[in-house]
Amino acid sequence: MPPRPDAPRRHLLDGTPAGFRPAQPERHSLAGLMIPLRRHLDRWLFRIGPPEPSPIVLGQRRIFVLPTPAGLAFAAALLVMLIASINYNLSLGYALVFLLGGVSVASMVHAFRNLLHLSFTPGRAEPVFAGESACFHVVVANHRHARRPSLRLKAHGAIVPFEIGAGDGGDLIVPAVTAGRGWMALGRVRIETTYPLGLIRAWSVLVPDQRCLVYPAPEPMPPPLPEGASRNLGRRAGSTGDDDFAGLRPYQPADSPRHVAWKTLARGGPMLTKQFSGMDGGEIHLDWDDFPPDLDIEARLSRMTAWIVAAEQRGLAFSLTLPDARIAMGRGSEHSAGCLRRLALFGTEAGTDA
Amino acid sequence: MRDARSPAPAQFGWLLAAVAATLAPHAMELPYWLVILCAGLIAIRGALLWRRGTPPRQLLILLVAVAAGIGVRFEFGHFFGKDPGVALLAVLLCLKLLESRNTRDLRAAVLLAYFLQLGLFFYNQTPGIAALALAGSLLTTTSLLSLEDAAARPAAQLRASALLLAQGLPFMLVLFVLFPRVQGPLWGLPTDAYSGMTGLSDTMTPGSISQLGLSDAIAFRAEFNGAPPPPSRRYWRGPVLTRYDGRSWRPGFSTIAAAPRYQPSGRAYEYRLTLEPHNQPWLLALDFPAANIPKARYAGDYRLLAEQPVRARTRFDLRSYPATAVGKDESTIVLAEARRLPANFNPRSTALAHEIAAGTSDPATILARALERMRGMDLTYTLSPPLLGTHSVDEFLFDTRQGFCEHFASAFVFLMRAAGVPARVVTGYQGGEINPVDGSLVVRQSDAHAWAEVWLAERGWIRVDPTALSAPARIESGLSAALQDWDALPLLRRPGMDWLRDVRYRWEALSNTWNQWVLGYNPERQRDLLERIGFPQPDWRTLAMLLGISAAGLMMMLLAWAFAQRHRHDPLDAAWARFSGKLARHGAARHPWEGPLDYGKRLAMTFPEHAEPLRSISEGYANLRYGAEPANPHRVRLLARSIRRLKLK
Repeated sequence: MPPRPDAPRRHLLDGTPAGFRPAQPERHSLAGLMIPLRRHLDRWLFRIGPPEPSPIVLGQRRIFVLPTPAGLAFAAALLVMLIASINYNLSLGYALVFLLGGVSVASMVHAFRNLLHLSFTPGRAEPVFAGESACFHVVVANHRHARRPSLRLKAHGAIVPFEIGAGDGGDLIVPAVTAGRGWMALGRVRIETTYPLGLIRAWSVLVPDQRCLVYPAPEPMPPPLPEGASRNLGRRAGSTGDDDFAGLRPYQPADSPRHVAWKTLARGGPMLTKQFSGMDGGEIHLDWDDFPPDLDIEARLSRMTAWIVAAEQRGLAFSLTLPDARIAMGRGSEHSAGCLRRLALFGTEAGTDA
Repeated sequence: MRDARSPAPAQFGWLLAAVAATLAPHAMELPYWLVILCAGLIAIRGALLWRRGTPPRQLLILLVAVAAGIGVRFEFGHFFGKDPGVALLAVLLCLKLLESRNTRDLRAAVLLAYFLQLGLFFYNQTPGIAALALAGSLLTTTSLLSLEDAAARPAAQLRASALLLAQGLPFMLVLFVLFPRVQGPLWGLPTDAYSGMTGLSDTMTPGSISQLGLSDAIAFRAEFNGAPPPPSRRYWRGPVLTRYDGRSWRPGFSTIAAAPRYQPSGRAYEYRLTLEPHNQPWLLALDFPAANIPKARYAGDYRLLAEQPVRARTRFDLRSYPATAVGKDESTIVLAEARRLPANFNPRSTALAHEIAAGTSDPATILARALERMRGMDLTYTLSPPLLGTHSVDEFLFDTRQGFCEHFASAFVFLMRAAGVPARVVTGYQGGEINPVDGSLVVRQSDAHAWAEVWLAERGWIRVDPTALSAPARIESGLSAALQDWDALPLLRRPGMDWLRDVRYRWEALSNTWNQWVLGYNPERQRDLLERIGFPQPDWRTLAMLLGISAAGLMMMLLAWAFAQRHRHDPLDAAWARFSGKLARHGAARHPWEGPLDYGKRLAMTFPEHAEPLRSISEGYANLRYGAEPANPHRVRLLARSIRRLKLK
């Protein structure tokens, strides 16, 4: 579970330095009036505001029901049937129409019940590079001793269908396309169901307090690492690194998916992790000011990201100098994650205290 | 976007079953070629499903649809009205099913299936048909549900839709009783709207009544307030036929007034008549109805008439005086019509009449002689009389000597007229049987009868039943007793079928209740009911208010069901939840990742003064929950008790 930020999320968008591209740009192309109006409507009618503390339990006040197009067609059919019953004095016709009317009312309550008391907790969201797909994990729990079928989660244009057994829970993965670096909030998530008859849609909108760190996109064809700055040349070492394939060992949950031996797994074998013996001991220094002066901020961040990735792959130790910070020499995935995080948040308030 | 999915075979299967169940009861009413077409289309769909084939081309389906449309046009002569409408819908449903590729198609088919379930009631509204329609609705609803929840097992899908139907049922009852009823039709109906109704017509030709004699259908029911009249006095008057053209009898001149033309006298019978719709204005009252019957008018020939043809099952509260003398002051126009005979018909009968009238001009003597002669002619009463030619009376009296009541009545009236006595044919029903279960008198179409009325100057119109001369049992005991050859009788009228009759009586008592309360529930009944439960002069506002209150009440119950967390059946879980809840109120809620032992340790540190009980409860729970042995119920109870008694400061 990511830590709750002390500052509200909105600060991400305010007071951004020139040239900084926020993770989720507001659409200024829309009429300026529409956005505050929509926000008011959301807050007043749908009670959608800032991210909510978890777990988010769907109470009756935040579940909405409306007929689907199929439901409207059903209602029209019932009306025609009612008129036929009146016209031909069909007592049982009335009864059938009223029964089906009752069924649609009951189906509304079923749809509502299918969402009621469903509980959502934000799960993991591993950092990704801009342009990759972020995977938000949302943990959903059903405390009712009854199955909840045919639910859908919609977020960031993705639809995740799911169902939960009685008293069960599950982990939903919401993919989201990332555009720029920085924090990317999961944002508004819509849970909906048209169970049981597809006549009524019940939905609820939630804003889980969940965000994913988006690193700058690594430059596709970066110049070679500034080897000139490196002091010691690498020597072969027995310790594990990323360079040369050295063997397989059983998979552990913390292993990077990049190192999983997918081919073995695809052949029906066990889940294994590839081990590499790498170069150990090389040191380089990555300095913001060494870049050509005409390179803009994002391009610098992008190149630095590419270098950090390359350095980590080669098992080099590296240090970082940014205009507002210095990061001491270090190596390993944790060190590079810290550096990448600094790059991702460069120029934002959240970046300075990270 | 979702609707573009192509449905799974199981989802199709439900719809296929629903369509088959919906169309099967229609098979009786639809033209046979259409039934074969529909069955074929359903079978093709089933085969495609089985072999996972793709639906046929749309052009082909369009061609079949056009061909079926043309066929329906030829069959019925038009497109409008219920019969061609139902036929077209049936074909459309089968074709829709055949061409369905995605869920949207299936939804459209579902709506058509619901329509056709309503269409069943055009022909028949018995409890049996209602049950068939309900079964069809259940299957159709299940197919709708399977589109949403394809993952569930079929039994679970069926159960879920049965639950929906069960929850819709209270709404149905409330709406059925309280929805403001409008007496239809809202606009002019197509001509075939009432084609299904049987009953007497206002013309009589030889054979027209014996046709009804084969029908077991109920014409009306009468519930007498007190003892019913004896069978020989149960003459229910229908059309009175005066004009005769040598073959058929038609109604003559008759006035229509708001009051009867007679002074009721003698013993009165009070009864409630529940008339099946027959699409005619006459009410088939027992002779002779009292004055001031609401919404009724009085014809000069003593029929009681409704303002509109009776097109729905209707109830009338009536009173009749069978002993009333009528017609002493009959108008000369009517009498002249009652003497008129077409020339050149039935020469032998005319000669017989002259022979009867020879030497007397007293109508009473002529009447007595005529009855005597007919009794001596050895005429046979039968349901299947031979066909008659031009001189129908002659052939009946002298050649075939076999006839049904219309032959007897028509021959007798002919003789009387030929002898110069005013006479006319009266059609209606005679007799009826008492249903021993609920005591009501049931009169069937097979009780249809024709008799004669003769006018005597000093007595007015008197009833003469010539059938009684040859088959007295017809009047006393009904049709089956009068016929020797009961092969042609409806099954249930045959002797020796007593047990079957008993079943039938029970069934009919039930269906009488059904008719009165379900099918006959109309604006008046609704008003009666509301007045009875304490709403004087209810109007639509009362109905709307009651409807709103009841619907809100039902909605609350449904919501209460939705909110109800199913009770945990495990007392151990319940006790543990109670424990965690109790401590959560003291600010020490259990973290989701915290096991019972860790939780206990933390609690013991947080509340040092209660360390001992807190730890022992947590350990007790952990032992019972995760121990090797299944939890001992006694120890679970002990734990639950110690949790209940736990008090924190």
